[in-house]
Amino acid sequence: MTHYDVAIVGAGPAGMSSAIEISQAGFTALLLDDQPAPGGQIYRSIENAHTDRLDILGPDYAEGKRLVAEFRSSSTTYIPNATVWNVSRDLTLAYTREGVSHGISADALIVASGAIERPTPMPGWTLPGVMTVGALQILLKAHGLLADAVVLVGSGPLIWLLAAQMIKAGAKPSAIVETLPLSHYFKALPKLRFNRPAFSYLKKGLLMMRSVKAAGVPVFLGAQGVAIEGSSRAEAVSFEIRGRMHRLPAETVALHQGIVPNQQITRLLHCDHRWSESQRSFLPVSDCFGETSVANLYIAGDGAGIGGAKVAAMQGRLAALRILEKASAVQNTATSELLAEIEKEISIRPFLEELYLPSAEIRDPKENTIVCRCEEITAGEVRASLASGVPGPNQIKSLLRTGMGPCQGRFCGLALSEIAAQYLGKTPASVGYYRIRAPLKPLRLTELANMGEAEVPQAPVKQELQK
Amino acid sequence: MLRRIAGRISPDIVFEFDGRPIHAAPGDTVASALLAAGETIFRSTPSSGKPRGPFCMMGVCFECLVEIDGVTDRQACLTPARDKMQVRKQRGFDATASS
Repeated sequence: MTHYDVAIVGAGPAGMSSAIEISQAGFTALLLDDQPAPGGQIYRSIENAHTDRLDILGPDYAEGKRLVAEFRSSSTTYIPNATVWNVSRDLTLAYTREGVSHGISADALIVASGAIERPTPMPGWTLPGVMTVGALQILLKAHGLLADAVVLVGSGPLIWLLAAQMIKAGAKPSAIVETLPLSHYFKALPKLRFNRPAFSYLKKGLLMMRSVKAAGVPVFLGAQGVAIEGSSRAEAVSFEIRGRMHRLPAETVALHQGIVPNQQITRLLHCDHRWSESQRSFLPVSDCFGETSVANLYIAGDGAGIGGAKVAAMQGRLAALRILEKASAVQNTATSELLAEIEKEISIRPFLEELYLPSAEIRDPKENTIVCRCEEITAGEVRASLASGVPGPNQIKSLLRTGMGPCQGRFCGLALSEIAAQYLGKTPASVGYYRIRAPLKPLRLTELANMGEAEVPQAPVKQELQK
Repeated sequence: MLRRIAGRISPDIVFEFDGRPIHAAPGDTVASALLAAGETIFRSTPSSGKPRGPFCMMGVCFECLVEIDGVTDRQACLTPARDKMQVRKQRGFDATASS
């Protein structure tokens, strides 16, 4: 089993930044990522993006180019296409790549596995043609693919960003259906802080909204009772605004209710988690440097709580510097500067969180709405099991198989905690979340049987450069 | 239906999807090539047999599972498209009985 000073999971801004810092200090760093190229979802395929795509996706995306280049030139051992399927508290880790499993060990581990889309249970959300807004953006970033006549449904800045990017690329969405109650705007305004980063985020947001409106995209505000209609694929989106029914034909429907930390690894390791009322999600508990309740296990980036790409990069550096600081027992002044910088950068979050709080309908779906997509379990079935005295997510899982399909609860876990809390009149914190077990992703027996020696690329990093 | 604004399909990457030839562009995954070719239904579910297609495109939802070269449960969004691949829709009830 190959040993590294620091192992990092995830090649987004947090993971790449920490790897750069660790390797620059002369320590050995391993970075494992399940995608073919570095960048994470935010800078996905950035190395292959040429001028016109950079123009469509905008300067925030283009910024990733520098970071990826710096990461590529670092001495990090970078293994792409690697799916981490187990992590132990002694900081050994197993991953599979091209059908073979490998094991490694490390003195410190940085989990930078980012965010996933919040589960958005609503009628028809399992129909082919319905994707997440993030998925459509990935198709654009990674493959230069654009859908025409898309209806964007939900709430969150990503909806406006994608709409603006699509317009620039020449595929105007056919409508935006925003599900947030108008009262959110009034509740959010007092949370606005005026400093440079907040002002810059706000300005960007307003410009995006303006470009969408200028392009003539119909925007429906305060939509309720959203349902996607169709028999074998999406055909239309229906919803209600102040008692008036609307129905928009759509072959492609993109859903979004914000993003939430991907908690699979920190859950697997039984790290402490807390419920964040403002983010409506569980967050791993950590100190200001990202060290979790498991010693030498750090969390950085959106996996620690949603802060965006800039914050993620700073948190990645911060965790790395803290590890180096502990290893050398020399204090680094850069850590306090980073902490102050992060504080400023996240000052827009309370406003965004209040404004884009997921709608009540998403948190408490209708009886016939599928909650667990893999096993096709409805909200009604979940409530019926609660009515029969089942106390929480793990017992519901045993009884109904929710969270036991291939996605292992990633797309129902949060929804289930919310439904159970609502039904039992408790808080999601007291209801809790699924226990997550290895393997983190479904594994073939042959992948386990082919548990090889740790794989060491002949030349670090560069040999993986995409042609 | 999705269309390409960048990248061209390559004559060197042609795979079959339930017998239909699918032309892919360099950098395509099985999922992106299929979506670009107008395919939206990738599998049927093991519980009810209902149709499903890609949802998250980042490897976490497992909705895009297909059979590739006889191996089931392959994530189409994480699998690079390669020439001569035999891709099939994953039929729900087969999935539980497969190797």
